[in-house]
Amino acid sequence: MSLARAEVAHLARLSRLALGEEELDHFASQLDQIISAVARVQEVAADQIPPMTHAVPVTNVFREDVELPCLGPGQALSQAPAVEQQRFRVPRILAED
Amino acid sequence: MSAPTTTDVVPFEDAVARYDPVIGLETHVELGTNTKMFCGCANRFGGEPNSLVCPVCLGLPGSLPVVNRAAIEYTIRIGLALNCSIASWCRFARKNYFYPDMPKNFQISQYDEPLCTDGWLDVTVHDTPDGQPRAVRVEIERVHLEEDTGKSLHMGGATGRIHGADYSLVDYNRAGIPLVEIVTKPVTGTGELAPAAARAYVAELRDLLRALGVSDVRMEEGSLRADVNLSLKPTGATEFGTRTETKNVNSLRSVERAVRYEIERQAAVLDAGQRVVQETRHFQESTGTTSRGRSKEEAQDYRYFPEPDLVPLAPPADWVEEIRAHLPELPAARQARLQAEWGLSDKDMAALHNAGALDLVAETVVAGASPAGARKWWLGELARTANDSGTDLAGLRITPADVARVSALVESGALTDRLARQVIEGVLAGEGTPDDVVAGRALAVVSDDTALTAAVDEAIAGNPDVAEKVRGGKVAAAGALVGVVMKATQGKADASRVKQLILDRLGQA
Amino acid sequence: MDTELTRLTAAELAAAMAAGEVSAVEVTEAHLARIEAVEARLHAFLYVAADRARAVARRVDDRRAAGDVLGPLAGVPLALKDVFTTTDMPTTCGSRILDGWQPPYDATVTRRLRQAGMVILGKSNMDEFAMGSSTENSAFGPSHNPWDLRRVPGGSSGGSAAAVAGFEAPLGIGTDTGGSIRQPAAVCGIVGVKPTYGGSSRYGLVAFASSLDTPGPLARTVLDAALLHEAMSGHDPCDSTSVDAPAPPVVAAARQADVSGLRIGVVPELSGDGYQPGVLARFTEAVELLESLGAKVAEVSCPHFGYALPAYYLIAPSECSSNLARFDGMRYGLRVGDDDTRSAEEVMSLTREAGFGPEVKRRIMLGTYALSSGYYDAYYGKAQQVRTLITRDFEAAFEQVDVLVSPTTPTTAFPIGERADDPMAMYLADLCTIPSNLAGNAALSVPCGLAPEDGLPVGLQIMAPVLADDRCYRVAAAVQAALDSRRGGPLLAGAHGLDTGDAS
Repeated sequence: MSLARAEVAHLARLSRLALGEEELDHFASQLDQIISAVARVQEVAADQIPPMTHAVPVTNVFREDVELPCLGPGQALSQAPAVEQQRFRVPRILAED
Repeated sequence: MSAPTTTDVVPFEDAVARYDPVIGLETHVELGTNTKMFCGCANRFGGEPNSLVCPVCLGLPGSLPVVNRAAIEYTIRIGLALNCSIASWCRFARKNYFYPDMPKNFQISQYDEPLCTDGWLDVTVHDTPDGQPRAVRVEIERVHLEEDTGKSLHMGGATGRIHGADYSLVDYNRAGIPLVEIVTKPVTGTGELAPAAARAYVAELRDLLRALGVSDVRMEEGSLRADVNLSLKPTGATEFGTRTETKNVNSLRSVERAVRYEIERQAAVLDAGQRVVQETRHFQESTGTTSRGRSKEEAQDYRYFPEPDLVPLAPPADWVEEIRAHLPELPAARQARLQAEWGLSDKDMAALHNAGALDLVAETVVAGASPAGARKWWLGELARTANDSGTDLAGLRITPADVARVSALVESGALTDRLARQVIEGVLAGEGTPDDVVAGRALAVVSDDTALTAAVDEAIAGNPDVAEKVRGGKVAAAGALVGVVMKATQGKADASRVKQLILDRLGQA
Repeated sequence: MDTELTRLTAAELAAAMAAGEVSAVEVTEAHLARIEAVEARLHAFLYVAADRARAVARRVDDRRAAGDVLGPLAGVPLALKDVFTTTDMPTTCGSRILDGWQPPYDATVTRRLRQAGMVILGKSNMDEFAMGSSTENSAFGPSHNPWDLRRVPGGSSGGSAAAVAGFEAPLGIGTDTGGSIRQPAAVCGIVGVKPTYGGSSRYGLVAFASSLDTPGPLARTVLDAALLHEAMSGHDPCDSTSVDAPAPPVVAAARQADVSGLRIGVVPELSGDGYQPGVLARFTEAVELLESLGAKVAEVSCPHFGYALPAYYLIAPSECSSNLARFDGMRYGLRVGDDDTRSAEEVMSLTREAGFGPEVKRRIMLGTYALSSGYYDAYYGKAQQVRTLITRDFEAAFEQVDVLVSPTTPTTAFPIGERADDPMAMYLADLCTIPSNLAGNAALSVPCGLAPEDGLPVGLQIMAPVLADDRCYRVAAAVQAALDSRRGGPLLAGAHGLDTGDAS
C-alpha cells in the first residue's frame, strides 16, 4: 500500500496543514513506511471480534440537568486572537455550512 | 442542448402530471432542557454573546463532555411518540470537519447507532383541491442526538450572508445546546400534494413536539429547523431520481414553497435531458426559489468514529417504559377524542383545522362554552374579523374565556346575536371583558316587558295601516312594526320577543 | 542542608514537616535552589513558578501552625507535566501553537494537588502533545538525562522524569498513552506508573489519544509513587470515563512488599530481537530475584502482543487527528497569516503548519488516513478489534498468574539526535509498554539495575489486571527493597551526569 504524494497532499488539505513542497516529499516517504508497518493489523483474523473502545465496560454515565457556573465573556474571550462586539473575530469563511 | 438556466421551471401542475415527487425531511429540534447537552451552561435563547459558555462548550483543550440525562429522556420521549424502536445499546460518534462555529472542529453526534429508529407519523393533509382531507403516513428513519453549533455574524458583505463577507464574528452561546435530528424515509405517492404534505408533516411534528414538552419549537427562533429533500422520477417509474437538499427553510410556508419550487425546477432540468445535480441548495425567502450552495470540491468525508470521551448509552427497559407511561395525550389522539366528543364530521374538523381554530375552540369549551357555541363564534364573526384585518385567529385580541362568556350571554338570552357582535367588537377594541363592554356600552337586551309593551303600543299607534293589516291576518306585516320597535330601543330589544308582543297585542298570538 | 533535603524522599519530607523538623518553605527553597543549580543543563521545566510555590508553601506552614489537619503530602513539591491546565501558569503542551496560553480553568488533577497542599514547582517539558519517546519533539528543546546529559530522558513525560531523577523535585506527574511515564522512568532510573485507565481524571488533561491517555506518578521510590497515586486518583463527574470505584490500596501494597506465593508470568513476545543484551540480562536477574523472594515464575504467552504496536499507531493517531483539530487559531493560541484578505481556511492551515512540529503533523495525517471512508474498516476498525484480542490475551494470562513482567523498554537511554529523524525507530521504544495502554490495565516500571555495556538504568515492567494496581506496587516494592539492599543504597546515587558538569 504505497502512498502517493498526491494522496499526502490531500491528507494535508483535509487536516488543514499548509505543508511546503519539501515537507510533502519528506512526509510522503515517511508515511508510506509507517502505513506499511501498521497495515500488519490486517493479518489478524478478527471476523467475529467486537471492536473495543473502553478499558472499563461502563454505560450510562450522566449528569443531571442542573445549571453550573460558567465562564464570563471576559474569560471566554481573554485569549482570543481577535475580538469584536464581544465575539470571536475570525477571517472570512469560504465554505457554506 | 443548452443547460437550463437556474430560472427555468415547469409549471407545477404540468410537472406533477409527468413526474412523481419523492420528498424527505430532516428536522432539527433544539431541546428545551435547562442546560446544554454536555455541560452545565444554561440553555437559553438570547443571552449576551459568549456569556453562556464554559470550557466544555468552548471546546477548550482538556475539556470533556458529560451527557445530560434529561436530553436522553426527551429524545426517547420523541422516539416513542413517533412509534420508533429505542436502541438498547448505542454510542455517540464524532463528525469531523473544520468550521469556525464548531469549537472542537468536530461535532459530537450519532452515526450508525442512532438512539431511535423505524417509526412513523400519520399526517393529515387538509389543504387538498377537493377539500377532502388526505391521510399520509410518513415513515421515520431515525431520531438521534447531537450538539448544536455556535452562531456567526458575517460582516462586511451586502447581504449578511457568507457570500462577499470580509470576516465573521462568532458567538458560542448556542454551541452545545442539545439538538435532536429527525429524518424521514423517502415519502412517495403524494403527487400534487407533495408541498402540502411536507408542510403538514412539519406542522404536525411541531405540534407533537410541543405537546411532548420537549421544545418550544419556534421556527423563527431556530429551535425547529427543516431541511427539505426532493427528487423526481417519471410517473410510474420505480427507481428514485437524484435528490437535492434545501436549507434555510425557516417557516411552514417556506417548506411548502421550497418543495413546490424544486419540483418545478427539477422538472425543467429533466425535461431538458439534463441530470439533476446532487447538491445542497439555499431557499430564498424573498423569491420563493432555491439557489445553488457553494460548490464543494468533493463530497464531505466526516471520518466518523465512536466518541472515545463518552461511554455507551444503554437505556434500561424499565426507564423506557416509564417514559412511555408518562407520555402526554398526543395531538392526533386528542383531535380524535375532541371530534368524537363534539360529534363533528371529518369535513367539520378540517374546517376547524384550516382556520387554525382547533385549539381556540377547545380552550373555549374548557372555559364553559358549548362546542357548537364555540365553533359558531370562532368560525363565524371572529374568522371574518381576522380575515378583514389580515391576521390569524390567534392574533386577535380576544381570549377563549371572553368568547365563552359571550356565548353564555347569548344562550341565556341576555344578548342577542346582534348585540353579541357589538360586544365582540368592543373587546377587540380593548374596552375590556365582555361584561365591561356590555356595561360600558349599555348593550343589555331590553327584556323588561313593561318597557317593551310601551314601545310596542307606540309603534302600533304610530302605524295604524300596518297594524290593521296584521289584525287582518297578515302576520308577515308585523315585521315592519318590529323594525320600528327595534329602532326605538336602539336595537337592544330581543326581536323575537317584540314580534311576540306585537302579535299578542293585535290578536294574532 | 539544602542538598540533604533534595535527597530525601517525599515520604521522608512529609514526615519531617509533620514532625516540625523542617518547614514547607525550607523544603521548597531547597528545591528551587537545586533547580537554579542544574536546570540550565537538564531543561526539565518549561516554566518555574518560584513565587507562587513559595506562597503555597507558606500557606501550608501557616495552616500547620494553626493546627489544621493536612493531607499526607502537604508541602511536598512536585513537577507537573505541561499537558495539565493550570490557571496560574501557562500550559503549552510543548507546542508553539499554545505558546503563552493561560487556561481559564484548572485540571481536576491540578485541583487535587492544590487541595492536598502540594507545591507545584512548575510545568515540566514534554514531547509536543505527548507524542514521542524522548522530549526531542518539544517545540522548546529537549530535556536531558541526569545520568548522561547527552542522552534523552525518555518521553513524552521526559521533563518530569528528568526533574525527579535530577533531584529537582521528589515527585513528578506525567501522562502515559503508549508508555510515556514508564519509559522515561526506566531510562532515568526512577519509578513510573500507569494506573488503570480512568483511575485519575482526564478533565483538564489536553487530549492526545482519549481512550489511552492516563495521568500517573513518577518518583524515586515505590512508596512515594504510591502516595502520589493515591493523592491524584479518584472518580470525577467531569470525566465520563473516570472509574467510579475507590482507588486500589496502593500505599498499603507498597508497604507490604511481600511476593511470597505470588504467581509471576514472563511474556515471551516481549523479548528477543531489538532488545539490548544488557537490558535482557538485568531483566532476567530481576525475575530470578523475584523467584528467590518466594514468587512462582512461569512463561505466559500473549500471542497478539506482536500486533500491539501497529494497532496503537493506528488508534492513537486517529484519535489525535480529531483531538487536535481544535487548534486552528480561531479562539486561542497562535494565529498566523491573518492579513484581512486570507480566508479562515487558509489562516487555519498556515497556523497549524507553523504551530505543529513534524511528529504531530505525521500523526495527524496518519490518523486522518486511517479514519477515511474506504479505509476505516481496514485500519482503525481492524485496530480496535486487535485491541479486543490483546485485552483477551491479558485476561487469559491473568487467569494463570497474578502479574506479568517484561523489560519496560528494549534499550537504555539513547543519545539525543540518534532517532530524531527515524520515526519507526523511535516508535520501537514503546514495544513493551503499549499492550497495557490498549487494554487499560495497570502497569509500573521500577529500576532493576544498570546495563553493563553503558552503565545506564534498566526498568522492570510489572503489569497487573484492571483495577489491581496495588499488585504492581507490591512487587515493585519488593524488588526495589531487595536491590537497594544488595547495592547498599539507592540506584540514583550512581547517577553522575550532573556531577561532572557534563553539558550536552
